[in-house]
Amino acid sequence: MSFLYKHKVLEKNSILLLICIIVAIMVGGIVEIIPLFRTATVIEPVEGVRPYTPLELAGFNIYIREGCYLCHSQQIRPLRDEVARYGHYSLAAESMYDHPFQWGSKRTGPDLARVGGKYSDEWHTAHLTNPRDVVPESIMPSYSFLARRGAKLHNMGRHLAALRTTGVPYTDDMIKNAEHDATSQAHYGSDNQAAMEERYGGPLNVRDFDGNPMLVSETDALVAYLQVLGTMVKFTDYESEAPATKKASE
Amino acid sequence: MTTTIEKTPSIYNDDIVKLFTLATVFWGIAGFTVGVLIAAQMAFPQLNFEPFLSFGRLRPLHTSAVVFAFGGNALFATSYYVVQRTCGVRLWNDKLASFTFWGYQFFILMAGLGYLAGVTQGKEYAEPEWYADLWLTIVWVAYLLVFLMTIIKRKEPHIYVANWFYLAFIITVAVLHLGNNAVIPTELMSVKSYSVYAGVQSAMIQWWYGHNAVGFFLTAGFLGMMYYFVPKRAERPIYSYRLSILHFWSLIFIYIWAGPHHLHYTSLPDWAQTLGMTFSIMLWMPSWGGMINGMMTLSGAWHKLRQDPVLRFMIIALAFYGMSTFEGPLMSIKAVNSLSHYTDWTIGHVHSGALGWVGFITFGALYYMVPKLWGRKELYSLKLVDLHLWIATLGIVLYISAMWVSGIMQGLMWRSYDDMGFLQYSFVETVMAMHPFYIIRMLGGLLYLGGALIMVYNFWRTIRGDVCVKEQTLVTQGVAA
Repeated sequence: MSFLYKHKVLEKNSILLLICIIVAIMVGGIVEIIPLFRTATVIEPVEGVRPYTPLELAGFNIYIREGCYLCHSQQIRPLRDEVARYGHYSLAAESMYDHPFQWGSKRTGPDLARVGGKYSDEWHTAHLTNPRDVVPESIMPSYSFLARRGAKLHNMGRHLAALRTTGVPYTDDMIKNAEHDATSQAHYGSDNQAAMEERYGGPLNVRDFDGNPMLVSETDALVAYLQVLGTMVKFTDYESEAPATKKASE
Repeated sequence: MTTTIEKTPSIYNDDIVKLFTLATVFWGIAGFTVGVLIAAQMAFPQLNFEPFLSFGRLRPLHTSAVVFAFGGNALFATSYYVVQRTCGVRLWNDKLASFTFWGYQFFILMAGLGYLAGVTQGKEYAEPEWYADLWLTIVWVAYLLVFLMTIIKRKEPHIYVANWFYLAFIITVAVLHLGNNAVIPTELMSVKSYSVYAGVQSAMIQWWYGHNAVGFFLTAGFLGMMYYFVPKRAERPIYSYRLSILHFWSLIFIYIWAGPHHLHYTSLPDWAQTLGMTFSIMLWMPSWGGMINGMMTLSGAWHKLRQDPVLRFMIIALAFYGMSTFEGPLMSIKAVNSLSHYTDWTIGHVHSGALGWVGFITFGALYYMVPKLWGRKELYSLKLVDLHLWIATLGIVLYISAMWVSGIMQGLMWRSYDDMGFLQYSFVETVMAMHPFYIIRMLGGLLYLGGALIMVYNFWRTIRGDVCVKEQTLVTQGVAA
């Protein structure tokens, strides 16, 4: 191992040592990260995935703010029990507009990748107010303040614009109408619904999520987000390739 | 590295080391306390006080406080202490050095208060928002300059191995920090930003960062500590110089690749997962190389382990390092990971490394430095060091065994089926089953915190210049006999 004796060159030259360290630590990252930006080989295209509406995006931000991702994952692995418990395994395309990703690393609570449509709005509102009212053994903190606090929607256009710079395909139309769309998504029978659905290219959940018509609350935004999770891709369209998996009741 | 150096301490800038040492102790207690609180919240959810003191906001406060505030200040303190003594010169630029202290404390406050207010990027261990990240970048460049310039003007011909590790830690953390925190703020006056990466790319870059925050912040930096303080305390040269070289280069090269093992069976392409697993298993070797190099430094001086609780701290730290760097590669194997991922097993693994390795090597280094920095002959009480050691070790054992049981149990419960082929347990049944282990974990954490408080008392008396009377007589009697 005579090469080890040559190491003294590095030990006597701090700048050379620094450069060699940088080279050594860059290799792994370059090999693993750069190819992932060739999206075509990484994200299989599927029908239905769209950017979040402004209200859903406001909910996504509340989800991050409260650290929900620390206890809930959003990534169903292709393992028998997970598919039985949570539904079809997660696809890369389903999180392609999440800045940043919300796959999580811990399931103190259950996975939420396909929680959308599983429970009613009333259940979610009651659960957020006090989880133990609907799940007595739950150890989740209560988030009753969300229902009393108005969601900050006045600058959602700025949020959409910022996301557009990162590559999310928000149109000028969506950005211009962001604030109005956000408010009207939380109202039953909004006359904006048709225009909004045309903008986002499909049916949307437009309703008063928290049951309080006087206020577009943070609960409204968060529930709007939770109710859309995992529902964008219609797996019935892909039935012939992947046999449908029956969800076991929980 | 001559022993005469200690007689002429005036050439070194030890004021800055003292400041960082005190900050390490302060943030350590703060971080451990928040840890105990959130452990209690998981056993008793009534202890969540919305909105500011709920688990989701306190957990980043805990991880940042222990990793960046306690661990970070410990790295600043020891790197400044070590680089001066191994280069034989005073730290470069006193003013910039004090800027790194105040700037870093300001960063910690800015980040921590932000978490309580719900300001977060939502990426584990990279929670501080863009403005705090920018500030940290400035502080970190200053740190690199101070450290590198001190090495450049050194009087010793060779750069000592501890400094290679410190240098790799500083530069790699800078690269990771810049790479992972590329964001677009919504407005110039807004705290909110969006990561430029989404989905798969975001996941890969986050765990490239996250795993190497462990690899470089919590491993390479603390190995630097180990390479100085273990030989000094044992008064023996490092076991093998050639092993140090192999250990260093293979560790920093391989660590970077291991990130994808956090993403097994996810939407990340399979090739990346397999690469991550392969390199994680390879990482076992350099890790154990480092452990052996540290432990074998005691060869010919093993009796010191019986007499010196400070050295005992360092060697138990290495034992925990060896244990968790064996457990890590094991958990990175996809089949094992399918059970362990998302469960408390991961939390237990992290804490055997954090409490056992990072915590203990830091305590060892602090116990070594404090009397020297404040010009005392020895610590106030070595018996209290021993008490700290055993209380903390018991705490770790309770913590990690509780997490092993609860993690493996939950993983098995998730995947068990009844005779009809349906899932046997609902999710919440697995939550209920973990309750007793969450209480045990909390007790483990309390013991660890208790041990650290004993250390604070010991330091306070040491800095005041007290020497435990009982022990003094014991030592004198020992010498007389």
